[in-house]
Amino acid sequence: MQTEIIYKSILALAVFGITLFIAMYSTYAERKIAAFLQDRLGPNRAGPFGILQPLADGVKMFMKEEMIPEVSNKFLFILGPSIAMLTCLMTGAVIPWGSSITIAGNEYSLQVADINIGILYLLGVTSVGVYGIMIGGWASNNKFSLLGAIRASSQMISYEIGMGLSIIALIMTTGTLSIGEIAAQQHGGHWNVFYQPLGFLIFIVCAFAETNRAPFDLPECESELVGGYHTEYSSMKLGFYLFAEYINMFISSAVIATLYFGGYNMPFIGRFIQDPNALAIIGSVFLFCKIFFFIFLFMWVRWTLPRFRYDQLMNLGWKGLLPLAILNIAITGIVMWFTGKIN
Amino acid sequence: MQSLTNRSKVVGSTKMTLMESIYLPAILNGMMITIKHFFRKKATIQYPEVKREFAPVYRGMHVLKRDENGAERCTACGLCAVACPAEAITMTSAERKPGEEKLFREEKYASTYEINMLRCIFCGDCEDACPKESIFLTDRLVPSDSLRQRFVYGKDLLVEPMEENKRIDISKRQTKEVLEFKKNKELQHNKLIE
Repeated sequence: MQTEIIYKSILALAVFGITLFIAMYSTYAERKIAAFLQDRLGPNRAGPFGILQPLADGVKMFMKEEMIPEVSNKFLFILGPSIAMLTCLMTGAVIPWGSSITIAGNEYSLQVADINIGILYLLGVTSVGVYGIMIGGWASNNKFSLLGAIRASSQMISYEIGMGLSIIALIMTTGTLSIGEIAAQQHGGHWNVFYQPLGFLIFIVCAFAETNRAPFDLPECESELVGGYHTEYSSMKLGFYLFAEYINMFISSAVIATLYFGGYNMPFIGRFIQDPNALAIIGSVFLFCKIFFFIFLFMWVRWTLPRFRYDQLMNLGWKGLLPLAILNIAITGIVMWFTGKIN
Repeated sequence: MQSLTNRSKVVGSTKMTLMESIYLPAILNGMMITIKHFFRKKATIQYPEVKREFAPVYRGMHVLKRDENGAERCTACGLCAVACPAEAITMTSAERKPGEEKLFREEKYASTYEINMLRCIFCGDCEDACPKESIFLTDRLVPSDSLRQRFVYGKDLLVEPMEENKRIDISKRQTKEVLEFKKNKELQHNKLIE
């Protein structure tokens, strides 16, 4: 029992550290990819290929002058970025970062907590994330911040519905809410994306909207709202908001990879490697490769598409994705009934 | 009106077709375009290490040339100041004293010669006007500064150094066309006085 607690805390710390590290280097990757897609080179002065740029950015964020507006609600003003950061870091707990490693006869799962309602937990925590943005925008006492916060919250709530319904279809086929089990079921190339292509499409579009990434980055639309909900923020509080976006992106990529692209599973790899520990580690590597691909996709789309207009965004969410998600549930049900999975 | 290219598209507020309202084909199309740029050669020039090459006839900062013996060629005739459309050039003349033959080529010389680099439009008319082959535009850049006064360049900045190896090369600008143009100028004055 004691070893279990120690192991879990080490794993939690590792996940925490890796999440922060990847989020940190996502900022670098974002700038590099943006530059490359625009025929530029991007940051390349701090260290070789600009590899130390995130450190320089971090130091800059910490050293900047801290401004809290006189008219703001100071408690809520500080609470906003804290919630944003807290919630996005909490989501990493239920994602299976690999199968399990056996050391001295004890099996250690590479998932911090395989709770049987993992998906519900994920949806719940991400919807708390809305409060971070809403409280921050409200506490700033600035109309641009408030408008940005309103946009963000209505957008996230709208797209959460599409996301939830697309997951329902997935749960119908998998028959479980545990993310660990869903990942394990996809062993041997039975990736859920082949069974739920429409659901995957809806999910990924909603994931873009949930993380406030382009083309759904209306909450921070510079041309209309200055900086959106973080207009009044400076120093590391702004840094927390921006950082939370990158962590969200990382976690969303991990969720997409786990739910639809087999998680740590890779077909045919079992034929070449027999040792289960090595297989687990290679599985984690594969998972991270998939995650990095989706992070790249997030950035690729961002630097391709212009921003949606707000009415277009709402149209797409309520009149496009929501009926499609319901249709997807119906189709899934019918197919399952005909194939005899339910009776 | 006839269009200049065949790339223009007539746009209107017609309803989107089904394919368009799905968005995805258009998005994939756009992503294919951006990914092509990902692998394309980058346009960036790494400035302090690599400098963009100038055109051979680039018109940058001026130089006042010396002749083969190191004497200033300028005789303060004022033709450059007259030719200057921006009125950037001023000068005062002085008479050469005995013993200064090494410094100034002819009896009259410019005791001060100033070009206001903020007024100058780098047209090169001064170069064309000069009968003594004294002023030339070079491929050097006028450096930035924070004080307007410092942009008025005097002789200390304009006249090229005396040393043989520190002379400013202006031969790149002397293309065939330029030399042809200069043939018409009165070259007798320009010959070295024996």
